[in-house]
Amino acid sequence: MGVGIEVKNLNAWYGSNHTLQDINLHIPANHATALIGPSGCGKSTFVRCLNRMHETNPIARVTGQVKVGDVDIYADAKPVEIRRRIGMVFQRPNPFPTMSIYDNVASGLKLNGYSNRRVLDDIVEKSLRNSALWDEVKDDLKKKSGASLSGGQQQRLCIARALAVDPEVLLMDEPASALDPVSTSKIEDLIFELKSQYTIVIVTHNMQQAARVAEKTGFFLNGRLVEFDETHKIFTNPTDKRTEDYITGRFG
Amino acid sequence: MPLSGNPIRSKVRALTDNAVTVLAILATVLVIAPLVAIFIYLLYKGASSVNLAFFTQIPKPVGETGGGMANAIVGSAVLLAIASIIGIPIGIGGGIYLAEFGRGTKLANGIRFTADVLNGVPSIVMGVASYALIVGSHIPFLPFTGHFSAFSGGVALAIMMIPTVCRTTEEMLLMVPHAVREAALGLGVPNWRSTLSITVKTASPGIITGCMLAFARVAGETAPLIFTALGNQFWSVDLNQPIAALPLQIYVYALSPYDDWHRLAWAGALVLIVLIVLAVSLVRYVTSRGVLKGAS
Repeated sequence: MGVGIEVKNLNAWYGSNHTLQDINLHIPANHATALIGPSGCGKSTFVRCLNRMHETNPIARVTGQVKVGDVDIYADAKPVEIRRRIGMVFQRPNPFPTMSIYDNVASGLKLNGYSNRRVLDDIVEKSLRNSALWDEVKDDLKKKSGASLSGGQQQRLCIARALAVDPEVLLMDEPASALDPVSTSKIEDLIFELKSQYTIVIVTHNMQQAARVAEKTGFFLNGRLVEFDETHKIFTNPTDKRTEDYITGRFG
Repeated sequence: MPLSGNPIRSKVRALTDNAVTVLAILATVLVIAPLVAIFIYLLYKGASSVNLAFFTQIPKPVGETGGGMANAIVGSAVLLAIASIIGIPIGIGGGIYLAEFGRGTKLANGIRFTADVLNGVPSIVMGVASYALIVGSHIPFLPFTGHFSAFSGGVALAIMMIPTVCRTTEEMLLMVPHAVREAALGLGVPNWRSTLSITVKTASPGIITGCMLAFARVAGETAPLIFTALGNQFWSVDLNQPIAALPLQIYVYALSPYDDWHRLAWAGALVLIVLIVLAVSLVRYVTSRGVLKGAS
């Protein structure tokens, strides 16, 4: 089951560039939360702070508090432990090119030392079914490389890979921006399915997408969270003038 | 102004296209020509002396005809095995450090510079240096040192392999897309594990090519062996004793005044090249098996 995320006074820097400024918000458990905003507004940096990926860049720095469930991830846990609890799907599909479809899905478990064959088989099948890819790949699981799939299939493979470690939260950084409309709608259906079991945070440039999949939406601008509310409120009756300008296409 | 509407322009463009294609083909032929020429000449000079005795017998004393280079073939194999066992792990380890853990540090920059310089050092200098370090003086507690030996020859060749393997490993690792590393980190895989199981594995075809290049290069080295392995007219696979090697045997036979030895030297050169090609092809075949459909 998913857990909620509580963010308090989060600040992030790349070198001297203050990319996130005083972010405070609560992401509800077992819901989809969308983050929108123009390029460079800090929404990708924000999700990367939620699983401590931001700090893998040597010039990056973070301050503030992020509580995932009961765990303060910057105070009480190691980055690798946090990342096992919080799955991440990236903008471009990034399957491991040398691994088979099966090994790609099992990689999170295998690389963390898990090796029970029968359990792995079950988890791989379950994850691929959850990511709606099972029927397309079940005959080539160990024969074909993850890189041989189409872009949309690769992205669903990456989602299966993230689900296989049974995370509580799934972070998706523009998961459909490199995909065609058919693959995009499959990913959206998937998000709809998955949010009953996981807390989902999705960054997107596509406002219709945010409106379709998310209960809550946050609008980022210049490193600040301008507005965070119910999705229908953001898109029909935003409080802040800047949010209204953005969703009506007056800038960005 | 539309570019496509002008007939003279499109003609010029088509001509340029053809000219560049012809130039590229010409350059390719020039690259391959010396290799083919050398191989044909070796076949012409050496093929007639390659027979069963060449692979089964050791050299005959001066004055007797016949004999072979069986001991040199085995000796070369032993030397190359020692060199690979020492040189490849150290080289790959160094390359991993440069690309993954030491990126941007002063130590890494120093190692990279040293490796590049070492790559350019003439092999004869490597030979003299190896002689001074492990042949000329006995190092306490380290076996095989203090005299000419197969082991010291292997070490000299290993030292020549390390910089090539190290730098190609680094370059191949840097070519692995950042997204692949992030995918592993995002799964909560520790850095060391992600490096070994993901990054190195993804780069392994390139790393293997680098190792094979280094292997093929030292397989033909003569100079470093003159001061270390020394050469041997008899059977020996003792790491503590001087050992024969194909390049050494070719060197000695080619400089001799006897026609029979000259013929054997040609045969030796031919066999050396064929064996290197075979060894490299074998490694490529073995490592390419099990590669999945569609894997890049």
